[in-house]
Amino acid sequence: MSGAEEFRVEFEEPHERRIPMPRASVEDGGHPLPDPAGRGEEPSVPLDLPHDVLRSLLGAWALAACSAAETAAVEHHLGDCGGCADEARRLREAVGLLHQPETLDLDPALRTRVLDACLDRRPPRIPVPEWAAPYDAETARLDALLQDFGDAEWHAPVRLRWFEDDVRTSRRTTVAGVIAHLLAVDGLIATALGLEDPTDADRAAGPAARTEALWRSTPFPQTSAVRVPWREQTHGLVRMVSFTGGGTGGLTVSYGDFRLPLHDAMLDRAFGCWVHAEDIADAVDYPYDPPAPRHLNRMIDLAVRLLPGALATRRRSGLSAPPRATRHLAPAGTPGRTLRLEIEGPAGGNWLIPLDSPAATPSTDHEVAHVALDSVEFCHLAAGRLLPEEEAAGQLGDREAIRDVLYATASLSRM
Amino acid sequence: MAKKDAPPRWDRRMQQRLARGEAAALGETYDRFASLVHSLAHRVLGEEKAADTVTREVFAHVWEHPETYDPKQGPLRTWIAAVTHRLAVQCLRDREERDRGGLPGGEPDGAGERVSGEDLESKVRRASVAARADYIVHSMPVPLRHALELAYFQRRDYRQTAADLGVTEDEARRRLRLGLQLLSTAHDAGAPPGYGGAA
Repeated sequence: MSGAEEFRVEFEEPHERRIPMPRASVEDGGHPLPDPAGRGEEPSVPLDLPHDVLRSLLGAWALAACSAAETAAVEHHLGDCGGCADEARRLREAVGLLHQPETLDLDPALRTRVLDACLDRRPPRIPVPEWAAPYDAETARLDALLQDFGDAEWHAPVRLRWFEDDVRTSRRTTVAGVIAHLLAVDGLIATALGLEDPTDADRAAGPAARTEALWRSTPFPQTSAVRVPWREQTHGLVRMVSFTGGGTGGLTVSYGDFRLPLHDAMLDRAFGCWVHAEDIADAVDYPYDPPAPRHLNRMIDLAVRLLPGALATRRRSGLSAPPRATRHLAPAGTPGRTLRLEIEGPAGGNWLIPLDSPAATPSTDHEVAHVALDSVEFCHLAAGRLLPEEEAAGQLGDREAIRDVLYATASLSRM
Repeated sequence: MAKKDAPPRWDRRMQQRLARGEAAALGETYDRFASLVHSLAHRVLGEEKAADTVTREVFAHVWEHPETYDPKQGPLRTWIAAVTHRLAVQCLRDREERDRGGLPGGEPDGAGERVSGEDLESKVRRASVAARADYIVHSMPVPLRHALELAYFQRRDYRQTAADLGVTEDEARRRLRLGLQLLSTAHDAGAPPGYGGAA
């Protein structure tokens, strides 16, 4: 039987049709079908269309995406033309293979599980250093979040927030602007490692100046086009730091007015990536989990290690005074007044913070205060997302010292 | 995928980096292909946990045997899709055979065996075609995919599709037809070249 004959059998005997008609509706629902009436008068005689046009309509016909008149013309033609009837059947079967993907989002934890299993079976000759693992994981999580963003999401407004001189400051941007910000600040490490600088900023510029430079040098508003350079740079950084062999060789990264050792800078950027991923998730109303506990623990540890320096800065700039009770601060290397910071949750732990000077030795014998905080809350404080006075901290001891530490934590935040 | 149609240079370099034992290369390969691997495995196996397992096995294979990829035979993406297909179908067979073996009172004369054997083959065939179709949709030129998505999922007719895409109506018809033609090759084992027939 020729294709055309077979077609006639199927279509002119509707009760014995073996191949389904083009689908009349799709599963996802909600959208109205195109209105055939809008396509002109319903002709009783099929449109007289040339063969080429009829053939070109086969795809649209199989998808039920033609006008009623065209559909009638195609179906009339299929009874006469074996070639077109064969193709029509194939295309209609192909429509049945289209379907919505079941899972849009991969479980981000799967990445760690899969990579760990691989590395167990064949230990890497060039591993990703342990201190770069949080950055690797956080950038992958953020990239997965961006996966299905359309223009509306990329342009959703976001407010960057941070603390300056004990006052909360903020800056308006968009989701794309946040990714540009991450690209610009991660660029601090890229330039330190000899990779290309994504900005045209001065080499001595800090995070804020670099961000402004990148925002200025790209067309406003930022678009999804920023995703690829951002992701390439994150991959490039993980790759480059792997070649340091796990040690950092004394390499430090300049943040403009201060420097961090390479491994701390990578942790800092992992932290920044998570915090901004949360901003983005908030802006588009997606849920977003905190980092894996072992990664979060390292981020908290970095913040805690930066605290004595931040306390000293506050004293120098007159935001806090040495306590009245002590005439002078403990000299370097000797035990001094200490605050015990207890971070709760699986990422938590206990940290002793020297209050008198970054060089003083913390000591439980000199503990003057005890603060207990949830791990994510502590990070939100350090990121300027939470005000020190909003902190629902369990507090015990010297109130002045506690206030100082909470404000010093908030002062770690920056644009 | 952040980037489609990666140059073969990227594929070759990635293979060298994997062979060298660079863990960062494994991460990058995962980031680029995990969603493809997982969705193909899911299409064959219809189940999240099994798809996770196959995903792990695929990347373990890529990591342990990067030398078995030959860039001259085609892109890395195609090779990884073929590995996924093979492992997913293997997993499906194992599962079906396990389930069947576990059934009490199986036919001793082998008649029941034969019937469920045919069931298994048609199941494998269906799963293979579905996975090939997904791969084709995933890999076809973006303009064709967009046209299909508009016409099928958004229920736009071809004139609306043309307007949405900013192309002529002729071009919209062409894209819909060509996209379906490509998709219909999922029924042919061995298509697209280098990927298929593994069932």
